Order: sequence, then C-alpha cells, then structure tokens
Amino acid sequence: MNAVSRGPGPGAGSGGDPDPGGDAGLPPQPEGEAIRIEGLRKSFGPNEVLKGIDLTVTTHEVICLIGASGSGKSTLLRCLNLLERIDAGRIHLWGRPVTGEGVNSNLVRRYIGIVFQSFNLFPHMNVLRNITLAPVKVLGTPTAQAQEEARALLGRFGLLEKQLDYPDRLSGGQQQRVAIVRALAMKPQIMLLDEVTSALDPELVAEVLEVIRELAGGGMTMLIATHEMGFARDIANRVCFLEEGRIIEDAPPAELFTNPRDERTQRFLRRIVEAGRL
Amino acid sequence: MEGNQPGPPVDPLTGVPSGSSGTDGGPWQPPGSFGSGRGPRLLSGGGRRPVVISTVSTLVVLGSLTAIFLLAPGSRAVEHAFFSPRDMWRSFIGNPRQGYYSVGAAIWLNIRMFLVAEVLILVLALVIALIRQSTHPAMFPVRLLSTVYVDFFRGVPLILVIFAIGLGIPALGLAVVSSQSDAVYGVAALVLSYSAYVSEVYRAGLNSVHQSQTAAARSLGLSRWTALRHVILPQAVRNIIPPLLNDFISLQKDTALVGILGTIEANKAADIYSEQVFNFSSFTVAAILFLILTIPLARFTDSLIARDRNRRLAGGTA
Repeated sequence: MNAVSRGPGPGAGSGGDPDPGGDAGLPPQPEGEAIRIEGLRKSFGPNEVLKGIDLTVTTHEVICLIGASGSGKSTLLRCLNLLERIDAGRIHLWGRPVTGEGVNSNLVRRYIGIVFQSFNLFPHMNVLRNITLAPVKVLGTPTAQAQEEARALLGRFGLLEKQLDYPDRLSGGQQQRVAIVRALAMKPQIMLLDEVTSALDPELVAEVLEVIRELAGGGMTMLIATHEMGFARDIANRVCFLEEGRIIEDAPPAELFTNPRDERTQRFLRRIVEAGRL
Repeated sequence: MEGNQPGPPVDPLTGVPSGSSGTDGGPWQPPGSFGSGRGPRLLSGGGRRPVVISTVSTLVVLGSLTAIFLLAPGSRAVEHAFFSPRDMWRSFIGNPRQGYYSVGAAIWLNIRMFLVAEVLILVLALVIALIRQSTHPAMFPVRLLSTVYVDFFRGVPLILVIFAIGLGIPALGLAVVSSQSDAVYGVAALVLSYSAYVSEVYRAGLNSVHQSQTAAARSLGLSRWTALRHVILPQAVRNIIPPLLNDFISLQKDTALVGILGTIEANKAADIYSEQVFNFSSFTVAAILFLILTIPLARFTDSLIARDRNRRLAGGTA
C-alpha cells in the first residue's frame, strides 16, 4: 500500500495554492470570510432537502458537516459548487453573490473543487489525463506544463507510479486520492469533500484521510461532509450537525462532541457511540 | 468500483477456505480411476477430444444439409439456376456488348455509397441525438422537429423514401438539387432513413453514461460542450460500437435498394444479367460480394472492442 508522502515538501503553507508554481490570476483571497450562505433552500420535487441554511466559512477554516444520510450534507455541497440550482437564499463567495442570474458557474467552479463519494474518475482516460483535462481545457495551461504539475501533485500523494494507469486498475483508495488530485490540479481556493471515504473498504479509509489532513495542514479551506466522527473531531475547526435540512448545531469539535447542547445532536451522537463509531 | 486491493482473499460470507468446494457429493477418486468419473475428468487428459467432437458434428450437419439439397427433386434445376459457375463468372466480369454489366465492378458503387452515407449518418444522427437530449427551453421547436423527424423516418419503409427522393427531387426542377445522379439521391435517402435509427443508438449511448460523470466534469469547470466532447461522448460511443456496427452492416446491404432508381449497383447489375440470360447465378455473385464486405467489418469491430477492454484492464505500466 502506498504511504502518503509527507515531510517538508511544498505542502506546508501553500494554502489555497497547492502547487508551488501557482500563479496570481485568482480572485482576491483575503483572510476572513470565504463563503457566506444565507437562507439556502433546495427541494427535489415535493421533498425539501435544505430548509434554510445559514453558514459562514472563513478562509483556512475546516468545517465538517455531520448528520444522518438524507440530512442534506451532500446537497449543501452540491449547491455550493452550483451543481444544483437553489430555490431560495443566497451564496456569496468572497463577498460576491454567485447565485442568481448572470453568474458564470464555470468560473465559480474553478475556485471551488469538489470530490465525490463515488470518485467519478473518467474511466476512458488514464490518471494523468484525468488530472490534466480541466487545467488544459479550462485554464488553457499548456499540456506539458499541466502534466508537470500533475506529476508533482501525484508525487506528493504517493501516486506517481500510477500516472499511466486507467482508473479500473486502481484500488478505491487510490482512485479517491486521484480524484482529490484532479480537483487540486485546478488550484482551487476551497475544497468540498462529499463523504469521500464512505464508498471505501475500511482498510483504505486511512490513506484518503491522510491526504485530507495534509490539505488541512496546508491551510486549505474545506467543507467536509463525513461519517468519520473521529476524523471530524481531529481535523475540524468547526463541526455542523445537520438534521432534516437545517443546521442544528454549529460548534468547535471539542464542544460539539463532548457537550452537545441541542437534544437532537445528543440523540444523534448517542447512536453513533452505540454503533461504536466514536 | 470497490477497492479490491490484491490483499488477503477474505471471504466474508462463508469463511470456508476457497477451493475446497470441489469435493461435494461422491467419494474421493484416485487420479487414475475412470470408473464413475463425470465428463470433465475424462476429457481433461487430452485437449483433442473436444476438437474431434465438434469437427464430426459439423461434418454431420453440413453433410445432411448437402444431402437434403442434392436429393431434392429440383436440385439440378436450382443448382443450374443459382450456382452455375459459368454464369457466375460471366456476370462477375460483365460484358457490355451483350447488354449486361459486371457485378464485380458494380459493387464499387455500393461501397462508395456506403462510405459516404456512413460518414453523413454518423454526423447527422449525432446532431439529432444531441438536440433531442437538450433541455434548454429555447431548443423546444428544434427538439420537437427532430422528434417528428425520427418518428417519421423510422416509420416509413426505406424503399419508399428512396422512391420519394429519387423521383420527387428531380421532378421539382430545381437548379442544382434536381440534376444529381440517382446514386446521390439514393445516398440522401439512406442518410435520412438511417440517421433516424442511429440517432436513437446515440441517445441510448449518451444515457448509458452515468450522470455523475457529467457532474464530475462540470465541477472541474468544464463547459457543457467540453464535458460532452471529452467526457461523455467518448464513453457513449464506446458503449454503442456493437449496435452501431450492426446498423452499418445493415446499411451496406441496403445500398442494394438504390438499384430501384436504375443505378447500376451490384444488385441491379445482377438483375440485368438474370433478365438477359435467364439465370440467377448473378445474384449469388452479388450475395458473395456483400458477404465479403460485411464480415471484415464485424471482425474489425470485435477487435476494436477487445483492444479497448485490454487497454483499460491492463493499464499503462506494469
């Protein structure tokens, strides 16, 4: 199994720009507020999944979203990436509204990377092409340079020897790490991780969590929907507990996991503990 | 999709060591005994036995069919009318002074019509499929139009379309459009008819690619078109190569229908020969030529599919 390469690489301090050769064509990335969500609502047919979400994310902050399946975690992340059209409310990115008419969603998505539970690598492309497709087609990076940057990222996460393999040949953990690299190749300022370990065999979870830890250590702003409570407790600056489309409780992990205020949070955590997951 | 590392071969369901299930039922047999052993054990000694069996059964089947043909009361007459070597050869090379054309030369027209039609069909059908897959409200009229188009041309027999185009367009008396050769009208009719079918094949292919692929592509900032072009379409086309090939084999044969306009393609040439000489062996020649065309296409597609699968399973490096 591949150990994730850590050590004093370019990781530390690279923040929203994971690649050492990153340029400065990006939007303002001030300290302070990165995302502000106000009164976000989203329905699928008659089923209202998000019932008014308010959340502010500060740059370099790592926020874990926890809650039962169907509580709206994934939908919230997909709305942030503009993969879902929202029904009401507003989303601001660095103070600018990104919902409503006239927003270039492709531009927004350059700055917000998302990684899915089911990896969603492109099966007809090898690892390298999976990673370089978007930089070449969207950012206009020359192919050679994009490949160079992709190899640097792959090397950083112990995947360099897999660069010419097709996704079928990789383990779930490797696929998910490639999916993370693919998102990072666009040099996003914010990463959304949607239950990225839920589809993995238990013994493969650690290698993916390790990658996320390194990103957090590098200062990446992240919103992480997860069922890994121990991981959330370790890594998060804040943990949000969602139930039925609302954020019930929003607190630092030490507080939320040891001393949850809301009765619904207590009930959820009790079930988690009974299941031996915390 | 789940990570099957080449790790420990855990069997969570049974816990029984794998490979031990072969000893079910009967008593253990020493390796040398042939007593009550079942089939596979007996055959596994030499690899020749299955080959012998299949050869014998093939000979028996073919022999029976030949016998039925030869013993039929009219077999001599049929043999003369359809398999006369002399007539087959004469129709193959043709003799314009005697009033008939070479079937062997005429097949080139079928090939040319097929190749041109194929390219046009691939393009037109894709356009129709993409229009029908579009969701934008502004596309509604075009979407409606292409739905009507597909319904119409799938419903009308190809031979009627060929008649309508081949006789109707020239009768219109338009400047350039009405003065083309019959082969052009034939190709136009084939394209119109087959595009309706092939667009449905494309649509099935596009639908066979999971939505999560689109989501992944769009989430990386790829535009709708770039995602379609580089992520969705390549996967869709891979999925539909077999049905697509099936339609093209059918198309190769249907070029013979263009002969009804009077164009001298293989079938028409065979028809003329049979009318001149009162022998149908020319049609046998045409049939053989069509077979020679279609079989390589089928093999080629098989190899494409195999190559794609091997490449994906084998990976780039060891």
